Amino acid sequence: MKLYEISKEPIDIQAVIDKVVQRDAGAITTFIGTVRELTKGKKTLFLIYDAYEAMAVKKLEQIGDEIEERWSGASVAITHRVGRLDITDIAVVIAVSTPHRADAYDANRYAIERIKEIVPIWKKEHWEDGEEWMGNQLETVAYPTGKPEAGDLDE
Amino acid sequence: MNKVLFFAHLRDAVGAESLSVAAAGKTVAELKAELSAQYDLPRMETVMTAINEEFASNDEVISDGDEIAFIPPVSGG
Repeated sequence: MKLYEISKEPIDIQAVIDKVVQRDAGAITTFIGTVRELTKGKKTLFLIYDAYEAMAVKKLEQIGDEIEERWSGASVAITHRVGRLDITDIAVVIAVSTPHRADAYDANRYAIERIKEIVPIWKKEHWEDGEEWMGNQLETVAYPTGKPEAGDLDE
Repeated sequence: MNKVLFFAHLRDAVGAESLSVAAAGKTVAELKAELSAQYDLPRMETVMTAINEEFASNDEVISDGDEIAFIPPVSGG
């Protein structure tokens, strides 16, 4: 069973959830990231997601390891889709199970925020009047040393 | 030789998914500068680098056979 996957096919939500079922769990949280039509009033027609697949899987595994270290008893599974996605399609599914519910929410939130920091996946927005690869949305983050700072990688 | 991978807007700028480059002995910063000049790569100051699928700093030295990837700010999720 692969806990961390990049998929060219639509994601089976239940299959991701089933991977984190455990007898010690009191909660499973599921995050489903979907393709939004309007961003700041601009209408998206569809998205293309691309990944550096081998490294992306490794970085998803790293996020899972970080969660298991921080939240005792946590179990994590993540699948991210690549290719063309239409409005409302599912881009990512994150399932986290933990003994108690608060941890399941916190750890799941941590996973999606970390994906947006360190996992090499990119989306190309297609609008009625053009297309563009998005980089952390507004190109506001630069990496002067050439990589995320130690804090980004370890926190 | 080294395989150098490009993604997102860098792939569009280079016009290829990867290049074969002799980069052994160069630092990441030197390779970045060389390829930026050659292909007019935009916004390289925001681009991260991976060596063999792990993030590397600008002063890391590349060995023969290392797989290099230039990683623009990511936008998954």
